[in-house]
This record gives sequence, C-alpha cells and structure tokens, in this order.
Amino acid sequence: MSDTGWAALWPYGVVLVGAAATYIWRALGVALSGRIRADSPVLDLFGCIAYALLAGLVVRMIVLPVGPLQATGMGSRLAAVALGIAAFFIFRRNLLVGVATGAVTLAALAFWPPP
Amino acid sequence: MAPPRRHRIDIGGQERQGWRRVIRRGLPPPVKPTHSDPKTSAQCYPVDHGSPYRAALAGMREACGAPALVLGASYLGFGSLVRETGLSLGVGLFSTISTWALPGQIALVELYALGASVVAIFIAVALTNARMMPMTITLMPLLRVPGRPHWRNYLAAHLVAVTGWAVAMIRCPDMPPAQRMPFFVGFAGTILGAALAGTVAGFLLSGVVPVAVSLGLVFVNPMYFMLLFLGDLRHRGRVLALVCGAVAGPLFHLVTPTWDLLLTGVIGGVLAFAIDRQLRRRHV
Repeated sequence: MSDTGWAALWPYGVVLVGAAATYIWRALGVALSGRIRADSPVLDLFGCIAYALLAGLVVRMIVLPVGPLQATGMGSRLAAVALGIAAFFIFRRNLLVGVATGAVTLAALAFWPPP
Repeated sequence: MAPPRRHRIDIGGQERQGWRRVIRRGLPPPVKPTHSDPKTSAQCYPVDHGSPYRAALAGMREACGAPALVLGASYLGFGSLVRETGLSLGVGLFSTISTWALPGQIALVELYALGASVVAIFIAVALTNARMMPMTITLMPLLRVPGRPHWRNYLAAHLVAVTGWAVAMIRCPDMPPAQRMPFFVGFAGTILGAALAGTVAGFLLSGVVPVAVSLGLVFVNPMYFMLLFLGDLRHRGRVLALVCGAVAGPLFHLVTPTWDLLLTGVIGGVLAFAIDRQLRRRHV
C-alpha cells in the first residue's frame, strides 16, 4: 500500500530534478550578473548570445519544425508567417492581430490543404 | 480672439500627432533618460507608472492579451502531452510551476515516457534550458535595485522565461529602476497563471481538438516571438544577433540536432557582438 503511495510520488521527483536542472542556470545568471557592471560590454555579449539563440530557435521552428508542425507544408508555414507579419504592421504593430492571423492562416491551410 | 484660438489649435495638433504616433508605432518612442528634473533632481524616464504597485498592475495589464494567449496556447500542447504520456494533471501543473520553461518540460515528459534514467533527464533538461543563463545575466542588472536583499533577485529569477524576458528587455529600460522588478513580476506571474490554465485545458481537451486547430495553436509560439522581435529593432547589436541566429539556427540544426541551440547562441551571438564592436569602433 505504501509502495504504491511512493510510486505515485516518483513522477514528481523526476519533475523536481528537471526543475533543478533549469533553475541552476537562472541562479548562475543572477550570481554572475552581480559581478558584471551594468554598462559592461560583457553584458552586450550575453545579450547577443540570448537573442541569437532565440532567433535561431524561432526560425528553426518555422523552417525545420520538430513535432506536430512537421505535418504542415513549408509553403503553408511561410504563407502563414507572411500574412501574420503583414497583419502585424497593417494593424499598427498589434501583436494579438499578427499572431492570430498567422495561427488562423496555418490552421486553415492545414484544414483545406493547398493543391 | 484669433491668437488664443490658433494657440489652442496648435496644442491640439501636437496632441493629435503624439496620439497618432503612439497608435501607428504601438511601442513608446525610443527616448533615453538623459535629462533630469531640476526640482527633484531625479532622472526622468519616458514611462513612469507612479509607484511600484502600479507598475506591477501595468505588468499584469500588459500580460493580458497576446502574451497570455501565447502562453495558454503553448501550454495546451504540454497539457495534452502529459495526458497522452499517462501522467496526472498534478504532475503537469507541478512541472509548469517548478520548471517554467516549456522546451525542457516537454523533453522531460518525453524522456520519462521512454523510461530514461534520472541522470539522462537531468542532462537533457539542463542542455535544453541553458538559454536561461544568458537571459538572466542580461535581465538582472536591469531589474535589481542596489541595496535590496539578494534573495529577492534569486526568487524573481525563477520567473525568467522567454516571454517575460523579451518583454521586460523592451519595456523596463524606459521605467524608473524601482518599478522594473514589480512590472516584471506582475507580467511573468500573470502569464504563469495563463500557462497553468493552458496546462489544465490541454489535459482536459486532449484528443478532442481537431488537428488543424492544434497545429494553429502550436504555431502561435514562433509567430509571437518573431513579431515581438520585429517590433523592436532599436538596438543594432540585437538586430545583428537576431539575423546571425536566424541564419545559423537551421544550419546548425541540420548538422547537430542536439547541440544546435547552444552553437547557434554562442557562435551567432559572438559573431554579432564582434560585428557590432567593429562598427562602433568605426563610429558607424
């Protein structure tokens, strides 16, 4: 009885291990940032690393998706991106409109696949 | 009576112009806090919410909209993944609260389903979420107030994730230092709530939502970050980093799907930094 009780807790333990693996980086970031002056070029360097990493991630998600988006065609994804960007700028840089336009376009192209 | 009327029209014209600019540009104009108010000898910041409390409310308000939608949509997928793996809703919610970084959470659940060892899971999640370090390093000097206890920074660091970081990097430099941390915590706390709601909804709706709709929801995430970055191209270094990363990301993914993100960040970021330094040295 107590065995199954502990077994039910096991996934929580695994999740906690993952949480620790993530928080270590954040704590390290706080500790290191305390040693860096706010106007230091090192800060710019880390900013560049973070932005390059995120841009790479976003473009990779659109161009070479892993997971469910693999089921969509490259043309559909690029069309959705183009329409989303257009809507974003037409509606005065409205994020909600841009994001919704891109997502709805992709959903529509997935529902009625282009020939 | 003509001069005052003209005067009034002038003011109206100015106001209209400012209003139009805000509507057209969406984001506040880039103003550097350089001048100081002679009466209070305090620096003037383009965006002043009045008090830390009101800054926190402003953060919550800003989160309600596209950011909450994005987090909700992203975590819908996670919720349904948790269900399909056979884990309980409690584990999913605990993961969202304790880890608060989606790619690592997904990696963990998938590896757990495969029966991977705890050490392998630790390494995989650490690798996936390593981006938290450069993000925290760049955000903390903006948020922290000298003299405040450090544990607050360590506590707030737990809320650092891509969305809150990206928005805080754009918004916080325009605010007085004492209002930045409350703004960030208000914003990040609200989108964490949206993520929890998304996890629950995804768990409950797993298998019910049509494939096309779920594909659209998955697409919300890359769409949002692309537009967020496109909407704020004020800093040359950042723009260079975005371009380098955008080119390097897919290339490195083709070479090594395991290390692609870290390589993209380090090589693309260092390259962008070097180009920016060179341009600055030539006073471009």
